[in-house]
Amino acid sequence: MTFIVSPSTMHFGEPLTLSSGAELAEYQLSFETYGELNADKSNAVLICHALNASHHVAGFYQGQENSEGWWNNMIGSGKPVDTNRFFVIGVNNLGSCFGSTGPMHVNRASGRIYGADFPVVTVEDWVNAQARLLDRLGIAQLAAVMGGSLGGMQALSWSLQYPQRVKHAVVIASAPNLTAENIAFNEVARRAIVTDPDFHGGHFYAHGVIPQRGLRIARMLGHITYLSDDVMNSKFGRNLQESDAYRYSTQEIEFQIESYLRYQGDKFSQYFDANTYLLITRALDYFDPAKPYQGDLVKALANVTAQFLLVSFTTDWRFAPSRSREMVQALVANKRRLSYAEIDAPHGHDAFLLDDPRYLRVVRSYFENIHFTDATA
Amino acid sequence: MSADFLKTTIANMVPYGSRVLDLGCGDGEVLAYLQKSHGCSGYGVEIDDDNVAACVKKDVQVIQLNLEQGLQMFEDQSFDVVLQIDTLQHLRNAETMLRETLRVARMGIITFPNFAHWFNRWSVLKGRMPVTPKLPYEWYDTPNIRVATFADFQALALKNHLHIQDAFGLDAEKTVRFWPNALASTAVFQLTGASQRTT
Repeated sequence: MTFIVSPSTMHFGEPLTLSSGAELAEYQLSFETYGELNADKSNAVLICHALNASHHVAGFYQGQENSEGWWNNMIGSGKPVDTNRFFVIGVNNLGSCFGSTGPMHVNRASGRIYGADFPVVTVEDWVNAQARLLDRLGIAQLAAVMGGSLGGMQALSWSLQYPQRVKHAVVIASAPNLTAENIAFNEVARRAIVTDPDFHGGHFYAHGVIPQRGLRIARMLGHITYLSDDVMNSKFGRNLQESDAYRYSTQEIEFQIESYLRYQGDKFSQYFDANTYLLITRALDYFDPAKPYQGDLVKALANVTAQFLLVSFTTDWRFAPSRSREMVQALVANKRRLSYAEIDAPHGHDAFLLDDPRYLRVVRSYFENIHFTDATA
Repeated sequence: MSADFLKTTIANMVPYGSRVLDLGCGDGEVLAYLQKSHGCSGYGVEIDDDNVAACVKKDVQVIQLNLEQGLQMFEDQSFDVVLQIDTLQHLRNAETMLRETLRVARMGIITFPNFAHWFNRWSVLKGRMPVTPKLPYEWYDTPNIRVATFADFQALALKNHLHIQDAFGLDAEKTVRFWPNALASTAVFQLTGASQRTT
């Protein structure tokens, strides 16, 4: 039976002060929930999304066959994060392009579309906005907060910003900050977008165009870094698109990998907002909870009270296991409760979205041991 | 020798409420027992996927690491006890790991199969490598890459200036204190670092 879900929207009239000092006078957040909130409101699990995902975490929309939630293999009835036990919340972040207030929306103060004027948002800002959503839902404490990649950074940040509101943090294929190489990839993607003639300094909406060329290249680059060399070779190898013979063309698609990347780029450029891409990659770059402690992650995590599950994947070179081990080490040094699984999966960074049974088994077992009080039980 | 006997033997040496690091913790059985009945906390370290999953299922905190990469993740004297229950014989860097054990903890408890057990000696005298319940592998498929005797380990501890707090053997369901080098299938050592010498 297909699990049918529908999104909701919550409007917030009280201003949100951002890390930059700027203020969002008002905003809305799109979110979805799955399962039932218990009487104690103690079984809530917040799912944080990564770069190009949304609040649509699980299930399908009515009448839309291709609308599967991005973590539908992880969350649902009988899944590792079991919605028969947990009340799961997916929320779209500020600055994104799937319903929450973002650069394509009208700034009520100016009456114009935000575009490039949308304020820079950080992981910490997102967490603050998510906390307000929980306030409205009456949830004082999360049974767990969970995310992969940039979503994992939000889960980590939750345990630092609101330690008393998080019992468990599940941080998958993530890092305590980005390396120079990682920032470099983001910068190439951003330059592809802003140098697209259709970008118009971020105010392309007024010109009725979309900087699709830039978005395509940004996505192609990103996609390469989400896969491993091995998985690309096994999927595409040197296979040619048309025949066994070279066509001796520099412009035509010759290899299957080219076709795949162009397809991914085209698809992405049709649904993703260029300003959102800039904002979210910048949020990734800026995230660095150890910065106020001169890079000392042990000190940065001193106030954590949540119990952690961390998972990394051996072939993930964008968010390598060594980065997860840094977080493990800092938590161990603070004598915090944690488990860490390093899954030997071939799929690179993308593994966190896929069906590796060892990975899903560890997450399932971890959630089975998350206990909460329930007055109704 | 049953798993329960080994478990209680170990537990008897671990002070109540200790912070424990269990290197090669397997399915987490010993740590789970120490947590439940001995007020202990801490982590297991394991490389095997199935064992890591079994630990998480038992609510035993586990860190998936290859011990050949060392213990750099753990700070000096950050644990009360480090356990190496039948782990040593799988480690290429067995001596380094022994030193590391007493770097990160005040006490190390190490068990391993004693190759000088009389049955093993008899087997070698007959010309064949021993295959026993404790050493169930053939020479060509054994994961035990560091085979040692009770006496060998004493010598290694001395060489590294480690203090042997207690040392004895286990055989069947019994503690072996008389001639353990010949009469025990399993060797048990309780070590402290030289600076912690209490005698």
